[in-house]
Amino acid sequence: MDGMHDLGGRQGFGRVRHRPAAPTFHADWEKRANALFSLAVRHRLFNMDEYRHAIERMEPRHYLAASYYERTLTSIATLLVEKGVLTHAQLETLAGGSVPLALPSAAGRTNVAGREAFVRDERVRVRGEHVPGHVRLPAYVRGKTGTVVGKSPAYPFPDAHAHGVAASPEPTYDVRFDARELWPNAAEAAFVHVGIFESYLERAP
Amino acid sequence: MTTENTGERTVASLEQRVAALESVLEARGLRAREFAEEFRHVAEEKWVPENGARVVARAWTDPEFRARLLANGRQAVAELGIEMPPHHGHLVALENTPKVHNVICCTLCSCTAFTVIGLPPDWYKDLEYRARVVRESRTVLKEMGLDLPSDVEIRVWDTTADTRYMVLPERPPHTAGWAVERLAALITKDGMIGVARI
Repeated sequence: MDGMHDLGGRQGFGRVRHRPAAPTFHADWEKRANALFSLAVRHRLFNMDEYRHAIERMEPRHYLAASYYERTLTSIATLLVEKGVLTHAQLETLAGGSVPLALPSAAGRTNVAGREAFVRDERVRVRGEHVPGHVRLPAYVRGKTGTVVGKSPAYPFPDAHAHGVAASPEPTYDVRFDARELWPNAAEAAFVHVGIFESYLERAP
Repeated sequence: MTTENTGERTVASLEQRVAALESVLEARGLRAREFAEEFRHVAEEKWVPENGARVVARAWTDPEFRARLLANGRQAVAELGIEMPPHHGHLVALENTPKVHNVICCTLCSCTAFTVIGLPPDWYKDLEYRARVVRESRTVLKEMGLDLPSDVEIRVWDTTADTRYMVLPERPPHTAGWAVERLAALITKDGMIGVARI
């Protein structure tokens, strides 16, 4: 989905609030939230792709205003309710107040038929697809052409795995793009590399 | 407090939401509170940048290890007893040179090789870094205190899948003859993300 989470290249943001040796956590509840997510995944209450997608499905104003660990909590709460572990009303009673959840999911999809394997140095193009469900592709490379510089082992296909759809695992390719082709006349010189699932790619014409 | 009034019912605070979710998992027989204790320990003691620092220092001093690290990062860090979670199937070490500077990010969320370089810092997960570093890397790095010469090529790596990256910084010239432990003490998480030089 073309969600609010897909931030790469969006303009209007200010300086990074960087300090050397910056902390990961600011409060103890954040560690407990992170622990809950890890425990739930370990016990297969949900998988990593479902977890990511439930964050992406947060109402956009909620997504932008929430801290990182509030997004974690919202995803866990949403998935537990969607999977029938408890009802939203039961969760709100336990929490002693309202608990905002993410919005419902669109359908997932399986691997793209007729996908091809690629080798290092090959020119590839990112398919110009708009996927309604979970997709692990930043929109800034959609339809763009780049060069394969690496290949990973096969992983569960996120577009399927986030939705309980059957699919084959597939590799990802590290693809190198020229930033000035991604944002013509509107980016600083650099090479930007993106890890891209095989189904998202086609041979460059 | 983050409690706000929606006009209908007060939004539960983040602490209340955590406690509620903990009790849901406890009710299913998962020891959420005990696991939180264990998690605190692992996050603070085990997933620390000192792991990656040992990897970098070894690569600086042992050319054969460096070659193995560049060929198969996951296997090379395992030699030093550093584990990666099963879903991090692949670790790519990105070698900085006098003319090439690498920097990592995750524009979609917060993915990092956290067992190697440590859990990501707050700013790495903020909207600003995620939005800007792919499009205006030189300016962002400069704002963060790393002013690269104009003839240095910048390579940004967006961690959008399950391959994980770490930057192998350049060894500072004044460290010739230093022992591995002394070198490791120089290496920071920011250096392995690529927003600082060592």
